Amino acid sequence: MIAIESLCKSYDGTPVLDGVDLILPQGGVTAVIGPNGAGKSTLLSVMGRMIRADAGRVTLDGRDLATAPGSEVARRLAVLRQDNQPSARLTVQDLVTFGRYPHSHGRTTAQDRVHVARAIAYLGLGDLADRFLDELSGGQRQRAFIAMVLAQDTDVILLDEPLNNLDMRHAVGIMALLRDAARDLGKTILVVLHDINMAAAYCDRIVVMQDGRLIHHGPPEEIMTDALLSRVYATPVTVHRVAGRLVALY
Amino acid sequence: MTALGALSLVAAALFMTLEARGNWSFVLPFRATKLAGLVLVAVAVAVATVVFQTITRNRILTPGIMGFGALYVLIQTVLVFGLGSARVAGIDPRALFAAEVALMLVFAGLLFRALFGGSTRSLHLLLLVGIVCGTLFASIAGLLQRLIDPGEFLILQDRLFASFNGIDDTLLGTAAIVVAAVCAVLWRWLPVLDVLALGREHAIALGVAQDRMVALALGLVTILVAVSTALVGPIAFLGLLVANLAYMLLPTARHAVLLPGAALIAVICLVGGQTLLERVLSYDTVLAVVIEFAGGLVFLLLVIKGATR
Repeated sequence: MIAIESLCKSYDGTPVLDGVDLILPQGGVTAVIGPNGAGKSTLLSVMGRMIRADAGRVTLDGRDLATAPGSEVARRLAVLRQDNQPSARLTVQDLVTFGRYPHSHGRTTAQDRVHVARAIAYLGLGDLADRFLDELSGGQRQRAFIAMVLAQDTDVILLDEPLNNLDMRHAVGIMALLRDAARDLGKTILVVLHDINMAAAYCDRIVVMQDGRLIHHGPPEEIMTDALLSRVYATPVTVHRVAGRLVALY
Repeated sequence: MTALGALSLVAAALFMTLEARGNWSFVLPFRATKLAGLVLVAVAVAVATVVFQTITRNRILTPGIMGFGALYVLIQTVLVFGLGSARVAGIDPRALFAAEVALMLVFAGLLFRALFGGSTRSLHLLLLVGIVCGTLFASIAGLLQRLIDPGEFLILQDRLFASFNGIDDTLLGTAAIVVAAVCAVLWRWLPVLDVLALGREHAIALGVAQDRMVALALGLVTILVAVSTALVGPIAFLGLLVANLAYMLLPTARHAVLLPGAALIAVICLVGGQTLLERVLSYDTVLAVVIEFAGGLVFLLLVIKGATR
């Protein structure tokens, strides 16, 4: 279980996170949605230990992530931010193998190789495994980074806009993969999404953020309403039920 | 890699034996100390540069940017200015070496503490402050050099050119132990260096204590640079040259390959170059100039190609 307690973070006096409280039970996919500048990425960065919060804390099963040893946390929580700048001389295989670093510390075992091969296969990167990262398209590279995070084999996975650069097939494939991982393997997944229809279709819970505050939290049926979405995005939004699924039109 | 190893052995063998006239029992130990000095400087500079480029994630930086070369120039200038060249020449080289290394380490320590002690932990800020300090040292040294007696200035100028001929053999033992110790530590950190090369966020996500490891690695780089500078004087572009040659010849991101590879290339450049210049072309003391020239060209090429990563 992840507990976020009154998390605050401001840059030069402007609050980016303004007292965020959230409890994520074990298992399930939770989407974080909200307009630009709502604090979604900052929340993920604080949870991923890349940014230090000004106040409040994040705990994983009672342990404060900011003070726990980094190597210990990395075996339980994986995080992928947006805009990943790869170094040119890495192959897909090399990159995904880095996902095993928290477990192997550089001495790759047979078990590590199994995890790496599985992650590469899940993301459909088998043919590209020996290609260098700078020879890949944006979408292929994005999938390679997601494969690295999966190879880390953690209970908790945080992803910041993982569907960036992905075509329809791969976007749907990754959301289905996340849903299955949560359902079958009991993983706790938090994912920042821009596509609210994707969030409604594949996630168990949706968290809505606005101006650094968490303003709503519930199953997709509760969040996908005309009034709420129109207010949050300051744009007329209507929600329809199409073929049994909630779809927002804007 | 094997080819590089073989080539550096060939260079060393040629250096030891080519045109060795006269008494072998004199020539071999004499050349062996020189060879040891060259190898030591080559390893220190190559390893320092590759590690520095890894933690800054930039292929056109060298640790020299932090102002060590300028500090060395300043130390030498102040010594000659304050004491006069005759008395400087009389100082025990070991004491001078220790003092130079110590001063450079103190400077680096102050620089790191000022920047890592506070809340802002920006590597780029550290580099910028290093550049500014370097410029300050260079300006002070320039002022003193204008005030100095012209005869003294010539002697000073001679001390400031990187020289691979005047390596003091009494310093080699100490320097070798220091470089070996630093390399041993780095050897244990090879996988961590690989992770640091991914960038700050990935390193943290993979559980590496990024800020601490970068600070420690910078400290080790400082020791290597200080030792090599105190031995032969400031050499700016050798590291850049060999690091980029290593990236080109060894297409991998693994430091277990890159670090020894760059070190071997540096040995080939220095020992091979020295053999070629001294024995075949019978020139003297211009190796530093040739290497700096080649390194400078590589630097310009890299800037033009925009290959900073």
